[in-house]
Amino acid sequence: MLEIRNIYKTFNKDTINERKALNGVSLKLEDGDFVTVIGGNGAGKSTMLNAVAGVWPVDSGSIFIDDIDVTGMPEHKRAKYLGRVFQDPMTGTAATMEIQENLALAMRRGKRRSLMWGITKAEKERYKEMLRELDLGLEERLSAKVGLLSGGQRQALTLLMATLQRPRLLLLDEHTAALDPKTAAKVLEISDKIIGEENLTAMMVTHNMRDAIVHGNRLIMMSEGKIVIDIKGEEKKKLTVEDLLQKFEEVSGEEFSDDKALLS
Amino acid sequence: MLDSSITALVGNLPPAVAQGMLWGIMAIGVYITFKILDFADLTVDGSLAFGGAVAVMCIINGYSPGVALIFACLAGVAAGFVTGILHTVLGIPDILAGILSQIALYSINMNVMDKSNVAVSVDKYNLVVSLRHISHTMVVSLIFLAIITIILYWYFGTEQGFTIRSTGCNENMSRAQGINTNTAKVIGLSISNGLVGLSGGLIAQYQGNADVNMGRGAIVIGLAAVIIGQVLGEALLGKYLNFIGKLVFSVIGAIVYYFVITFALWLGFPSWNTKLISAVVVAIFLAVPYLKGKWKTSFYKAARRGAGE
Repeated sequence: MLEIRNIYKTFNKDTINERKALNGVSLKLEDGDFVTVIGGNGAGKSTMLNAVAGVWPVDSGSIFIDDIDVTGMPEHKRAKYLGRVFQDPMTGTAATMEIQENLALAMRRGKRRSLMWGITKAEKERYKEMLRELDLGLEERLSAKVGLLSGGQRQALTLLMATLQRPRLLLLDEHTAALDPKTAAKVLEISDKIIGEENLTAMMVTHNMRDAIVHGNRLIMMSEGKIVIDIKGEEKKKLTVEDLLQKFEEVSGEEFSDDKALLS
Repeated sequence: MLDSSITALVGNLPPAVAQGMLWGIMAIGVYITFKILDFADLTVDGSLAFGGAVAVMCIINGYSPGVALIFACLAGVAAGFVTGILHTVLGIPDILAGILSQIALYSINMNVMDKSNVAVSVDKYNLVVSLRHISHTMVVSLIFLAIITIILYWYFGTEQGFTIRSTGCNENMSRAQGINTNTAKVIGLSISNGLVGLSGGLIAQYQGNADVNMGRGAIVIGLAAVIIGQVLGEALLGKYLNFIGKLVFSVIGAIVYYFVITFALWLGFPSWNTKLISAVVVAIFLAVPYLKGKWKTSFYKAARRGAGE
């Protein structure tokens, strides 16, 4: 499905702010894998997702999606294969456009955009149904501007947009971190539901160890731009927060220090 | 005495409306970059004169004034395209990219006309609009504006039009949805300056000449029109102000702008002060919403509330 082969990325090379963000990351996902990605600040979690999304080119290594080499593909071309939800609820949607217009934009991801109407009547009906399933009361507000929605509503909408065109890979980059706990739980629940129902392959970065353990069938932990722990199958099912902390100490020789990750 | 001067003012209003409508075409172009694409495009000063220069040279070289407008429009498209390439491919910041095009166009316009001013007389050519035929000009402008508004309403409702709107709103999101934001910007700038070029071609015919300086300060007039229009539109229509309403009010903004200028001239301000007046008008209309918001949440008010007013 997704194959990352030994990628490296250094930001601000040869300056005082030089930062080795990815230090030889390799990862292979199978179809239907739902991987949670955890690690401290600056461990390279989001950087890895951005490398896959093509926000910038990697320094070395290569990335394959369904055996297609996307290493040299710019972000907007890779978008064909990817659904993405970001940490900041403002990033995933166009605030000055209507809910239905945002959905229509997402519906055409990876397709040629012609001079046909940007949104059709039949589509609107479909969007209404889909929004009803989200159960956030958005189905009656199709023509409301997205800027009027709450952060949680915007994340749920972004999630819907990311999966409207079935993505080969869904990238969730701490998509609940900016939400209050109740809303975060709701958005996570929706994420789980969509991933399960559509049998999507997904990667979810999170700061929350418990979320990382509860969700998905595989867990990877990153540290200093490398994948240091990779747990799947039965082992993942039995995993506890304590196990994970102990493993991290074994691997890195230091205590896991991220208060936010422990407070869950 | 006063009566006769009021008659003079009223007599000057129809030309103000006609001019406002012609410049309103440019205002719609400015609306596209400034409001939809969120791009402060200063190409406008150059592309307006470019449109005027090309139109006039076409006419005196035997093309019909109508065909000349097509070339004026295409000239504007080319100018916008260049600004777009400077910004997207060469990474030059938006304002600077526009300034570069604008300054380059000054020389290009001189090359096109070979001198700083070329006249086209309405006696000699069958011009599309002219200040000698105000009501005719108004009708023609209205037809142009109606066609442009309808085309833009259609275009920005298409799949491709959506990409320009989303690019102006959120580039990250647009790229994540597979939109080439660079292409969207270049297309937006080209359309915008195409309208500005067309406007320049019409204005040149209206005033009977193209001048290398005719576009000086055009962006300020465009911004004035868009901002005045927006304030008026929101005051009159509130949340019912839709896309067509915004375009129409940009034109109304241009007309109001020319009313203000006409009034200022009538008050006896020398004509060289019109640019100063424009700047003041734009500054006021930009500042008022900001100050209003700021006043609502000011420290002064907080102190008064705290003191248990």
